[in-house]
Amino acid sequence: MLELTDEKIKFLEKRANEIRESVVKMLYEAGSGHSAGPLGMADVFSAFYFHILNHRPEEPEWSDRDRLVLSNGHICPVRYAAMAYAGYFPLDELNTLRKLGSRLQGHPHRQSLPGLETTSGPLGSGLGQSIGMALAAKLDQKKYRIYCFVSDGEQDEGNHWESVMFAAKRKLNNLTVLMDRNNIQIDGFTEDIMPLEPLRQKYEAFNWHVLEINGHSIEEIVDAVNEAKAIYEKPTLIICHTIPGKGVSFMENNYLWHGKPPTRDEAMAALKELRSLGGKIQID
Amino acid sequence: MLNPELHLNPDIFSETPKKAALRDGYGEGLLEIGLENSDVVALSADLEESTRAEAFAKKYPERFFEVGVAEQDMVSIAAGFGVSGKIPFVSSYAVFSPGRNWEQIRTTICYNDSNVKIAGHHAGVSTGADGATHQATEDIALMRSLPNMKVFAPCDAIEAKKITVAAAKIWGPIYLRFSRNPSVVMTTEETPFIPGKADIFWLPQNNKKPDVAIIGCGQLVYQCLLAAKALEKEKIQTLVINCHSIKPLDSRQIVAAAKKSGAVVTVEEHQIAGGLGGAIAELLSEENPTPMEFVGVRDVFGESGEGEELIKKYGMASNHIEKAVKKVLRRK
Repeated sequence: MLELTDEKIKFLEKRANEIRESVVKMLYEAGSGHSAGPLGMADVFSAFYFHILNHRPEEPEWSDRDRLVLSNGHICPVRYAAMAYAGYFPLDELNTLRKLGSRLQGHPHRQSLPGLETTSGPLGSGLGQSIGMALAAKLDQKKYRIYCFVSDGEQDEGNHWESVMFAAKRKLNNLTVLMDRNNIQIDGFTEDIMPLEPLRQKYEAFNWHVLEINGHSIEEIVDAVNEAKAIYEKPTLIICHTIPGKGVSFMENNYLWHGKPPTRDEAMAALKELRSLGGKIQID
Repeated sequence: MLNPELHLNPDIFSETPKKAALRDGYGEGLLEIGLENSDVVALSADLEESTRAEAFAKKYPERFFEVGVAEQDMVSIAAGFGVSGKIPFVSSYAVFSPGRNWEQIRTTICYNDSNVKIAGHHAGVSTGADGATHQATEDIALMRSLPNMKVFAPCDAIEAKKITVAAAKIWGPIYLRFSRNPSVVMTTEETPFIPGKADIFWLPQNNKKPDVAIIGCGQLVYQCLLAAKALEKEKIQTLVINCHSIKPLDSRQIVAAAKKSGAVVTVEEHQIAGGLGGAIAELLSEENPTPMEFVGVRDVFGESGEGEELIKKYGMASNHIEKAVKKVLRRK
C-alpha cells in the first residue's frame, strides 16, 4: 500500500463525496433502492478502491487481486459508483441501476458485472464465502487478502455466526471483516429490533481481533486495515462507526432512509448539500 | 430380460444378491478424484464418518474442512471455494443439506454459478430407524427447481462412485443423492456410464413391443426390475429405465420410450410432488402426452422402522409397481 499523504487523504475525501453524489443520482434515477447505507459507507469504499485494494480495474479477474466481498448487497450503489470511478466500467452506466437489462442489478450478481466477487443480498452468507476464498488462497499459497463487508443489522442472521466461529477456528489472518455499524436497519434502530451490543466483546469472545474506528476518517480506515494485516493469529473485525445517510442532513441517522430512494426534490436538495459546505469538503 | 449390452450384474435375481451402500460408493469416488485432481476439496458438517467423507479426510487432511454442525456455513464456504478455482464436495444428510441451507445454495451456489458439488445422504424413507426427521423425501424437488443446478440420483454403489467421479469433471453446481443402507448392486464396473444418459436396464422379450415404460431412480430401480420380471411372466412387456439424471432429463430416451410403449410408470423414493415423476410428467405433457402412474411417497412423512419395511409400508416395493403398471395399462 502506498503512503497516505495529506494530499491523498484530500483526494480520497473528495472521491467519497463524488461517490455520494453518484449514489444520490443513481437512486433517484432508479426510483427504488437503499440510501442510508451507501452514503454512510462512501468513505470506506473510497479508501478501499483508491488506496487499499491491490486490484486491476482493467483486468477484474486478475488472479492475485484482493477480494472485496460485499455481504450486505443492498448497499451496492456505493460499490457500483466506486467501481465506475475506478475504471471498471463507464460512469454513464451508473444510471442503469435496477433497470431492465442492466449489469447493475438491484442486488449484486457476480455474473452480470466482472469484479463483484459474489452474488449477494440475502444477509449472512458473505462471510462464509469469504472464508472459502481465504482457505483457497492458503491452499494455493497466494498472498491476496479477503475483505468482507457486513452490516450491523446482518448480525441478526444466525448463519453469520457459524462463519464467525469457523474463521476463528482456522485463524484466518488473510481475512478482514469491516462492519458498517450505523445502528439502523429497515424497521428501526438495531438496539430496538435486536440488541447487538456489546459487539466488540462478542467478537473477542469468539476469538477475533477487534478494532473500532470512525468510518468516516480515511486515516483511521487505512490504519485499521494495516493493523489487521499485522495480526497473524486471528481474523480481524473492524467495526466502522458510521452515520447512515452521511453528507445529506435530512437523511442522517434516520432509519426511514434505510430502504428508500430520494424524490426529485430530495435528490436536488441532497446534491446541493453535497456540492456545498454542507458536505464535508468544498469540491469546486 | 436384462439388457445384455449393459454388463449388468447377472446375480441380481439370486436369493442373496450382492449389496453395497450408495454412500460407500460416494466415499470411494471422492477418494479417487482427490488423487486425480488436487483442486478437489471436501467439507463436512460433523458427519464425516456417516457420509463417508472419512477416507478422503484421512488421506488429504489439508484439503478437508470440518465446519461443525453448520450446514448453511458449509455451503457458503464451498461457494467461496468454487469461485476460487477449487472443486468443493459438501456432504451431510439431505434433510439438512440441501434442506436447511436451501437459500444459501440458491444464492451463493446456483445464482452465483459456483462449482460446488452437494452430496445429500440418507435420502428416502429407507434411512430407517432414525425416523422421518432424518428421511429426506423432498430434496429432489428442492434442487431441481433451481436454475443452474444438475440433479443426479445413482441406482447403486458402483454407479454412485462413477457419478461422484464424473461430478468433479462436469463444471457447475451438482446435487448428488444417496441412500443410506446397503442395496442391491445392479451394475458392474463394465456397465457403460455416461452422465445424463438414461439407460434401459430391462427389455421386452424377443424384441416385442413394450406395453409400458417403468422409469426409476436410486435403489428402487431394483424394485422396478423385480416388477418387470414378474410382469413378464404375465406377458406384460416392459422397459425399465434407470434415470440417474433427473436434471437434465435424457428427454430423447424418455420421449422415445413413452412413444414406443404408450404408458409410463415412474418410481422414486421421494414425494410424488416435484420429484422424478413430476419432471417426466412435465416433459411428456409437452412432448408426448402419455398416461402415467407415480410410485413414490404420497404427501406424508415417514417413520422409524427397517428400511425394507418402510419401502413396503409407503408403497414403493415391486408389488406396488406391478399394481401401478396394471392401472396405467387400463388407461391406454
